[in-house]
Amino acid sequence: METKGIVICGVGGQGSLLASKLLGKVLVNEGYDIKVSEVHGMSQRGGSVITYVRYGEKVYSPVVQSGEADFVISFERIEAARYAHLLRKGGIIITNTQRIDPMPVIIGAAEYPENILDELTAKGVQIEAMDALSLAQQAGSVKAVNIVLMGQLAKHFHIGYEKWIAAIEQTVKPQFVEMNKKAFELGYHFGE
Amino acid sequence: MKELMIGNAAVARGLYEAGVEVVSSYPGTPSTEITEFAATYNDIYCEWAPNEKVAMETAFGASLRGVRAACAMKHVGLNVAADPLFTLSYTGVTGGLVVCVADDPGMHSSQNEQDSRHYAIAAKVPMLEPADSAECKEFAKLAFDISEQFDTPCLLRMCTRIAHAQSVVETGERIVPEKKSYEKNPQKFIMAPANAIRRHPFVEERTAKLVEYAETSPVNRIEMGDTKIGIIATGACYQYCKEVFGEGASILKIGMVNPLPVQKIRDFAAKVEKLYVVEELDGVIESHCKNIGVEVIGKEMFTPLGEFSQKSIAEAFGLPAKETVTADTQIPVRPPVMCSGCPHRGMFYILSKNKITVLGDIGCYTLGSAAPLTALDSTLCMGASISGLHGFAKAAQGEADHNTVCVIGDSTFMHSGMTGLANIAYNGSKATVIILDNSITGMTGHQQNPTTGYNIKGDPATKINLEALCHSLGINRVRVVDPYNLEETEKAVKEELAADEASVIISRRPCVLLKYVKPKKPVFVDPDKCRSCKRCMKLGCPSIHIGADGKAAIDTTLCVGCGVCEQLCPFGAIGHEESTMAELPPAQCVGK
Repeated sequence: METKGIVICGVGGQGSLLASKLLGKVLVNEGYDIKVSEVHGMSQRGGSVITYVRYGEKVYSPVVQSGEADFVISFERIEAARYAHLLRKGGIIITNTQRIDPMPVIIGAAEYPENILDELTAKGVQIEAMDALSLAQQAGSVKAVNIVLMGQLAKHFHIGYEKWIAAIEQTVKPQFVEMNKKAFELGYHFGE
Repeated sequence: MKELMIGNAAVARGLYEAGVEVVSSYPGTPSTEITEFAATYNDIYCEWAPNEKVAMETAFGASLRGVRAACAMKHVGLNVAADPLFTLSYTGVTGGLVVCVADDPGMHSSQNEQDSRHYAIAAKVPMLEPADSAECKEFAKLAFDISEQFDTPCLLRMCTRIAHAQSVVETGERIVPEKKSYEKNPQKFIMAPANAIRRHPFVEERTAKLVEYAETSPVNRIEMGDTKIGIIATGACYQYCKEVFGEGASILKIGMVNPLPVQKIRDFAAKVEKLYVVEELDGVIESHCKNIGVEVIGKEMFTPLGEFSQKSIAEAFGLPAKETVTADTQIPVRPPVMCSGCPHRGMFYILSKNKITVLGDIGCYTLGSAAPLTALDSTLCMGASISGLHGFAKAAQGEADHNTVCVIGDSTFMHSGMTGLANIAYNGSKATVIILDNSITGMTGHQQNPTTGYNIKGDPATKINLEALCHSLGINRVRVVDPYNLEETEKAVKEELAADEASVIISRRPCVLLKYVKPKKPVFVDPDKCRSCKRCMKLGCPSIHIGADGKAAIDTTLCVGCGVCEQLCPFGAIGHEESTMAELPPAQCVGK
């Protein structure tokens, strides 16, 4: 098989590392070769953050480049647009509709592009947008946005629901398992 | 057992399996997790040292006593530890000694893009460079074998894309080599001139032997494919080239980047039509090839700047770009910011408000340079704020004494601020030094340091008293302020700047992300009282923004209730009292 690429992006502190950890676990359990590339340190402090996941029979590079991603998973609206160029033709954006103003917008030096997703849709990009923050709150914590989005992503995979749940149990701390299972379920059934 | 591990965790696993007994490091992205993961193995003694030089010398002592030892640091950390490294090259080791050093091409979290391979060449020590997590583990173990076989410290070079990339690792058993009994050996370990002069020939002979090793060791391997294109690559660049060419090119993968083989490169060059060196940062391998008379294409085709990728390499070879879609509308940048409730914010606001010149240092507080606070004037290296302020004050001949300060974190102060403060006291400048004490090493992700009262395992440890330390370094005026209290903070800054002698202000408040710091209830804006003066916006707090009605609004999912904005509001519009804003669910408060 050709190597597949998934991009997980958002604002530092939103929990992209846990999302990639869960995804990595599922894909390793399925027997794929996999590489995940993260950036730690300075950009974690409220900056734009991105994690690359690549899997297949044999994976060399740990990074996803322009036109190589099958999915862009975004925790915030304009972050989805920032990394849309990474999508390959026919690739899908799954994004939380939450708006978090970056500092240039907060101090009035730039405008928040409200309709950026519509612009991408008009260009033929397939976008699945959802209010993952509300679903996460419904599950019990605003921090579960990451797992809600993973639930939505899981629908596109031929990997059994229970295998994702097993990976959640292997990945998150015991006290948060139930809440994350609920968040995953809400994401998985969104739009049905 | 197969596990998905980041490169740094795999290095730690390698240290464990190699039977390492002592690890001493100073945190620095992208090297930090090596030591954090090593500390999860109870069989290894691990510690955070105050700086990289202390860490390397601690590892030296452990090696001298006969056990395997390691230290880890970022590229600029090796500058600090360069002094012991160069002479360790002469003494060699007793127990194996491995120095892990992580470069940061692309400067994701660094102040420069230096290439640590130059240190291996200059200090005449071997250096290995892994290309994925499995190699991280294997090369960490191999580095100890090389260290002991050739009587040398061995460098293990990491890069961000290897250190922080996860791939599959097969774990093995820990094997501890037989303990050596300590024997005094002054000719080898006392590097006074008479002995050192006899050790230098040993170093040169060792390099010749290491070159022989490089010729035959499988650590440098040839993967023959199409012979039209031959590529010499290491680390992440090897992966990018494989991604682009697969079997469509022949590759000499270099695993030992110093010393480099000679005959192996000549033989490989003879088998391919055109030879390229694909290496990030400096043309180190390229220079070597040219020195041994092998014609290669290198930096004329591949930039010395930043990170490479499969895309940049494909472009350099003139291969077509992949199809893609982008938005036409400009997307605003999202730079990293100081967190909501960051204790540094209050101090930076006061410094900015009073138009004070501020020499900065390395840490989260470097973010105080960004708008709207724009509070910093310089950032150079660990500790340079204090020493720099001294020089600035001397040069200004009194004109800077009442309007210039420096800021340095608690961990950075322990790292290399103390000597600068001693200089201020000893050589008599009237500088005001502000220690931003957030009780943790913040930017690298919360590591303990000698002022926090805990060690790397989280167990209680001696807590160095910063006030007493500053006093003992010869500073009479030392005071502590809470940066959440703007009035108190401003008073302290003004009084200490006015004083006719050197002073230290310790701005003390633990990092808001620490687990034991419980966030307070968020504050709210009363829209009836808010008059849109935007004074609260001068804080650059990510929780505050101006809504569509022109009034300030606070994101209650981010706000931790530090109350700094509350003190700034001249109309009493910000408070813990819930108002109409509170009735909206948080999602609708965000950015609207």
